[in-house]
Amino acid sequence: MKIHIKNGHLIDPKNGIDSKKDLFIAAGKIIAVGESPEGFIANQIIDANNLIVIPGLVDLSARLREPGFEHKATLESEMQAAVAGGITSLACPPDTDPVLDEPGLVEMLKHRAKQLNLAHVYPLGALTHQLNGQEITEMCELTEAGCVGFSQADSAIKDTQVLWRAMQYAATFGFTVWLRPEEPYLAKDGVAHDGEVAARLGLKGIPTASETLAIASILRIAKETGAKVHLCRLSTAEGVDMVRAAKKTGQQISCDVSANHLHLTDFDIGFFDSNAHLRPPLRSQRDKEALSAGLVDGTIDAICSDHTPVDDDAKLYPFAEAEAGATGLELLLPLILKWAEDNKVNLNQAITTATEMPAKILGIAAGNLSVNSNADICIFDPKQYWKIEASALLSQGKNSPFLGLELAGKVKYTLVNGHIVHQSE
Amino acid sequence: MLNPQLTNDGKLKHLLSIEGLPKAIIKQILDTAESFVGVAEREVKKVPLLRGKTVCNLFFENSTRTRTTFEIAAKRLSADVITLNVSTSSQSKGETILDTIDNLTAMHADMFVVRHAQSGAAHMIAKHVAPHIHVINAGDGRHAHPTQGLLDAFTIRRYKPEMHNLRVAIVGDILHSRVARSEIHALTSLGVPEVRVIAPKTLLPENVEKLGVHVFHDMREGLKDVDVIMMLRLQNERMAGAMLPSSQEYFKTYGLTPEKLALAKPDAIVMHPGPMNRGVEIDSAVADGKQSVILPQVTYGIAVRMAVMSILAGNS
Repeated sequence: MKIHIKNGHLIDPKNGIDSKKDLFIAAGKIIAVGESPEGFIANQIIDANNLIVIPGLVDLSARLREPGFEHKATLESEMQAAVAGGITSLACPPDTDPVLDEPGLVEMLKHRAKQLNLAHVYPLGALTHQLNGQEITEMCELTEAGCVGFSQADSAIKDTQVLWRAMQYAATFGFTVWLRPEEPYLAKDGVAHDGEVAARLGLKGIPTASETLAIASILRIAKETGAKVHLCRLSTAEGVDMVRAAKKTGQQISCDVSANHLHLTDFDIGFFDSNAHLRPPLRSQRDKEALSAGLVDGTIDAICSDHTPVDDDAKLYPFAEAEAGATGLELLLPLILKWAEDNKVNLNQAITTATEMPAKILGIAAGNLSVNSNADICIFDPKQYWKIEASALLSQGKNSPFLGLELAGKVKYTLVNGHIVHQSE
Repeated sequence: MLNPQLTNDGKLKHLLSIEGLPKAIIKQILDTAESFVGVAEREVKKVPLLRGKTVCNLFFENSTRTRTTFEIAAKRLSADVITLNVSTSSQSKGETILDTIDNLTAMHADMFVVRHAQSGAAHMIAKHVAPHIHVINAGDGRHAHPTQGLLDAFTIRRYKPEMHNLRVAIVGDILHSRVARSEIHALTSLGVPEVRVIAPKTLLPENVEKLGVHVFHDMREGLKDVDVIMMLRLQNERMAGAMLPSSQEYFKTYGLTPEKLALAKPDAIVMHPGPMNRGVEIDSAVADGKQSVILPQVTYGIAVRMAVMSILAGNS
């Protein structure tokens, strides 16, 4: 299959391209950018006039809910949602049921994902058995099975000795440890940012110190053990400052933020909207601005969707009892575009945070449009608005704090390995 | 954001929280309550305002005083009243709150009085019910207990009618108290110029001053020259642990004794939402003393709840 994408505006941060250029694809690879190779005859021509052509997005956190939570979402529904959102590679956290702590499970997940032939799936293995925070997993075996890193998902390790050992062990083999910084005792039973809104609504707060204390321990242990660490879902201004300072001293560390936290604050909880019950919690306006600034100055490396499909029933509880999380795969691109526009960030830089940078963190060959790379491509209309509503989402999770909002940025084509896996009007 | 407790033309549809309630509606409730105070003194303690209506008291969390006063209030308005202690029935069988509500709606309940241990439960129910049904929040988690806030405001207004000239202190576990939150909103909405909260840092929410109150940690300082002292109940489970060392130390530092009461204005009144822990937050000599209006609070609670129910029914 040979495809010619013509007349599109190409944005490829890695290769410094931000202009109108054609793209030529054959045998699943990009074979030329700009000029047509000699004798190239396309089987299909995609006219991308007025559209933007970018590398397929790389999402650092998408819960696919398989195995174990098929009533919330299935691999198939979520992979469809991913490509509908222009995402061609994604990392999934290990908090499935059973937990991704055995090579067999990881192999099965990889195999099932491959059969669907949609986005590439990169599982994160559990750092500890059952995520129990006590015994470390068979990290070498899990890596062989396809894990690209090790994570505790939302179950922070309480015992710092275990955390130390886990990071030492991972460091032995050069594996990356993915941790969402949260001191579990301070965050215990908390459901909202410990600020004015929580005070008014009578919700148990999660203080900023819960994040900063955890970052302090993680940074220190990473330094002592030499472990490669990726910090997931920063949420506080103070947390951003700490990472900025650590990077200044030359510490090798990466981190991400969820698209939700770049747009929302605890005020969006309104009158107990359970769709705004997220983990980490939505924080203050000041935190939101600091996250944005951190992303602009490179302290924060990547934006992810933090896709967490939740079934309707699990949201039909009072705020604190409702399950945390929001659907995100199909909102990632429009939310990045909106963030860029709101903060006057150029599109090139914004796109980097969801293509080149996350690919680098994952250590995968993706997120760029270099010649000879896999033809994983997203083509979107930056001016087409669409309304966020249940019927507009392919994900089985319809839970979103953005419901009702109209956002610009509609994915028209998604290609994975040179195949068109999604197309829309 | 639309205020979920008001109809499109600004009338009271549900009573979920005092926050966001227009001052005019708060006044309407208090004025209506005045007219019901006399009903209890009549030989026939009933008015027919809710005749033919079914009020459903839905208590997902235990309560004696609130449940009973709501029941009496509904009965004095001639409503049919059902009281369900859901904590001991369907919930233990795994039925969700909204399923319970749907079932009772199918039995033609007109009004729900709801208490639940989780903040936001009443809002969730109000969002879910059919348009002709009214929801009254009888306490949701730490969030709100609006009828308590209203009856406290009513009591204060009866004893100290010049509310724009008062200094009020709320003492105790503000962090976990829905009563305190509702009192603060009621008083600030009615124009009380100075509301103080007095508590150790462990029992105050972050940013509590954003609610429009002055924070004191020293009770002696906080009580100086106040007109009204509103004590809060200290829950048993908080009396020892990480928040407080012991009930004895709490009494010493934040318990209301005659000696501390003397720091307030000589004609200050003492209130408590009940049930009281004598010797923990309040000395018996104060609770039973001549400045205490704790029992009138209970009596007025019925009038205020009658007022809320009749106004809601009138807005159908």
